[in-house]
Amino acid sequence: MPFFEDIEIGQRRELGSFTFTADDIKRFARQFDPQRFHLSEEEGRNSLFGGLAASGWHVASVCMKMIVAEGQRAAREAAARGERIAIWGPSPGFRELRWSVPVLAGDTISFASEIETRRTSDSRPEWGIVQIRNRGTNQRGELVFSFLGVAFVPRRNAPA
Amino acid sequence: MLTFEDFPVGRLGTFGPRHVTRDEILAFAAEFDPQPMHLDDEAARTTMLRGLSGSGWHLCSLMMRMMFDAFIGQAASLGSPGVNELKWLAPLRPGDDLTLDVEVTEARVSNSRPENGIVTFRAVARNAQGEALCEMISPILIRRRQGAQVGTQG
Repeated sequence: MPFFEDIEIGQRRELGSFTFTADDIKRFARQFDPQRFHLSEEEGRNSLFGGLAASGWHVASVCMKMIVAEGQRAAREAAARGERIAIWGPSPGFRELRWSVPVLAGDTISFASEIETRRTSDSRPEWGIVQIRNRGTNQRGELVFSFLGVAFVPRRNAPA
Repeated sequence: MLTFEDFPVGRLGTFGPRHVTRDEILAFAAEFDPQPMHLDDEAARTTMLRGLSGSGWHLCSLMMRMMFDAFIGQAASLGSPGVNELKWLAPLRPGDDLTLDVEVTEARVSNSRPENGIVTFRAVARNAQGEALCEMISPILIRRRQGAQVGTQG
């Protein structure tokens, strides 16, 4: 993962894509969100979603899966080049999460991250604070999911 | 079936407890958030969260399930357009017994679909010590009672 100094506003990372199967959708829903339109094709068709729809929390969790996988890929590459790897801090949260279009069984969602703001922390000079807009787009190019996440990113030359 | 009218602004209740096991935390992390602080005690000890913790997205998903069991499962829910704001305040730990405080902060009829209402909930998940772990503010679309959009005549 990059250090704060390596991050620029507008920087974009492609995170890869994920296909939501009916089985995946129902398995997540049984555990965390057993609303009828997440469990049955027929109930989904009769709902506002128009088909068996993934729980919004399933879509968000898959986005996290893609973020982690891309971060680990980038860290391996940096390590192979002999570079120092920045360990990001835990996120304090997010804003503006939108489930704008339903994710239906069989949909393939491509995820991407874009840096929206960056600033240094006044109270913790060893950290920078970055806001990242994460987006998911379906196979028809429709924006289906987005949120503005906050991350603590270590500074390269942090005061000890 | 609970409808829009059953969710006036104000406190809805406290729900749970929901016990969260170490195995659940590891299984969720392995599938969706395989970072060392969610998977490995030894590696987690040296991180900022000082010990194994559940993924923040796992906590969100557990809060969803607690809301389902508490009221969404009995409501004419049509789904949610999103989450206005979410704060991860303290880590979810193996063995935590979660409770959820829920209040309705806003309830209004949808402009575009007057047969539905939009109810905004504020939910706070706490551990057994009462420490707030996560706060979520999210609207849910809920159908209005049959005939409610017709007006007050008769």
